[in-house]
Amino acid sequence: MDSAFIIEKSVVIVTVFAITMIMAMYSTWAERKVAAFLQDRVGPNRAGWGGLLQPLADGMKLFAKEEFEPNTPNKFLFFVGPAIAMSTALMTSAVIPWGDQLEIFGRTVELQATDVDVALLYIFGVVSVGVYGIMIGGWASNNKFSLMGAVRAASQMVSYEVAMGLSMIALLMMTGTLSLKEISEQQAGMNWNVFYQPVGFLIFLICAFAETNRTPFDLAECESELIGGYHTEYSSMKMGFYLFAEYANMFISSAILAILYFGGYNYPGMQWMIDNVGVNTANLLGIGVLFIKICFFIFFYMWVRWTIPRFRYDQLMNLGWKILIPLSIVNIVITGICILAFK
Amino acid sequence: MSTAIQSISLSGKKKQVSNKEMTFLERLYLVAIVKGLLITIKHFFRKKATIHYPEQVRTFSPVYRGRHMLKRDEQGRENCTACGLCALSCPAEAITMKAAERKKGEEHLYREEKYAEIYEINMLRCIFCGLCEEACPKDAIYLTISKELVPAQYDREDFIFGKDKLVMPLEMAIKNTQLKNAN
Repeated sequence: MDSAFIIEKSVVIVTVFAITMIMAMYSTWAERKVAAFLQDRVGPNRAGWGGLLQPLADGMKLFAKEEFEPNTPNKFLFFVGPAIAMSTALMTSAVIPWGDQLEIFGRTVELQATDVDVALLYIFGVVSVGVYGIMIGGWASNNKFSLMGAVRAASQMVSYEVAMGLSMIALLMMTGTLSLKEISEQQAGMNWNVFYQPVGFLIFLICAFAETNRTPFDLAECESELIGGYHTEYSSMKMGFYLFAEYANMFISSAILAILYFGGYNYPGMQWMIDNVGVNTANLLGIGVLFIKICFFIFFYMWVRWTIPRFRYDQLMNLGWKILIPLSIVNIVITGICILAFK
Repeated sequence: MSTAIQSISLSGKKKQVSNKEMTFLERLYLVAIVKGLLITIKHFFRKKATIHYPEQVRTFSPVYRGRHMLKRDEQGRENCTACGLCALSCPAEAITMKAAERKKGEEHLYREEKYAEIYEINMLRCIFCGLCEEACPKDAIYLTISKELVPAQYDREDFIFGKDKLVMPLEMAIKNTQLKNAN
């Protein structure tokens, strides 16, 4: 392991970290803009052009707010909650392949922090730890609303993780690998997995909504019932961390959706570009394409938020256990039959 | 024609409610969700209803009762004679005034021999009902001319508007006269 390798990896890691943060920041801005546009309003437009400085203003406001702490016996856990939420949200970005590779100064730079061969399992593991941030925060707040939010988040996570995992298995049977890099490479051209796994994609999409606690599955924080849910007692930047973690999660899950089902950084004609224009240009364009796909999914999250009302708790459980899980098992069986028949 | 009374719909919007079991396709909700998404995306591209307030101001209707204005006549003289009928008619007791006699050489300022030396309206008390306007025998006070709102202030004292804010600006009176002569 030479020093150039270490420098290369640290540059990639810092860039990925920065991009995740910036995307999360501007997702808050996009959320407000999209919400406004869908409601025939114009949204924030005072801070900077089109309100582009709004996230900075929000961040500064959160830093300036009083750091309130409820009278709780779990002071330590109260601090740990947002930290876990934030770090798990950022940890998942480590295994995501942002592009193929670049050639800089004769070196081949992989555009991925690390190519783990169990990347999918790693993501599942980290995402399930993410709910601990919510649970610990809700528990340590010493508040019934927070606890309710935390309990809901936990049960929702447990229910939907099963269906998500099962929909994943169908995909794994097809791809035969857990590495996100290899899954991306397999989808070169227009060979996207969504065409082979439409039902699996739908299940995965619904579960992704549930895992990120977005409407219509935002029972963990539903303002109209639980004030703020698990972050009711939080203020200042601790609150900011929770909100930020939600948007970071949204960004990462959009990236995973794009990579697993929509071909990741691949675009039609990529091979032609590599042969005729150059590796770097073609792959930089690939990064751009991946970000377009990610942005579409982030937009889709917001679009759905302002379209579908929140599920009732029993409806949520019905959907998870009685519909999605049987459906994903059927999907696995059908996938298995198809693989046997056609390969 | 003998239509049953139940089936008549004058508005044309009547819809028969039914409790029939949903079909499998309906129970999936996917079709309904896609329809909903299409409706919301239509709004995304629609013209926005927002008026960007400080830069754009909503146009008032011709009868909108906003900030009061004490009118001047065609020669720029104040109409008000401080008779006190507006103060008397005011249900909120927002108006106070002090009368004074017109001196020699002030004929170009005041239309009649008596005028209001002090004329004050407390905008916190005023309910903008327009009764002062109705009571005025001299055509002096109007709520519909200024086309302005009473702006927000930090102190209560700032809401007591004296003659400096209420009397119609001289330029506006001159302009009105010019318009009248032009017609």
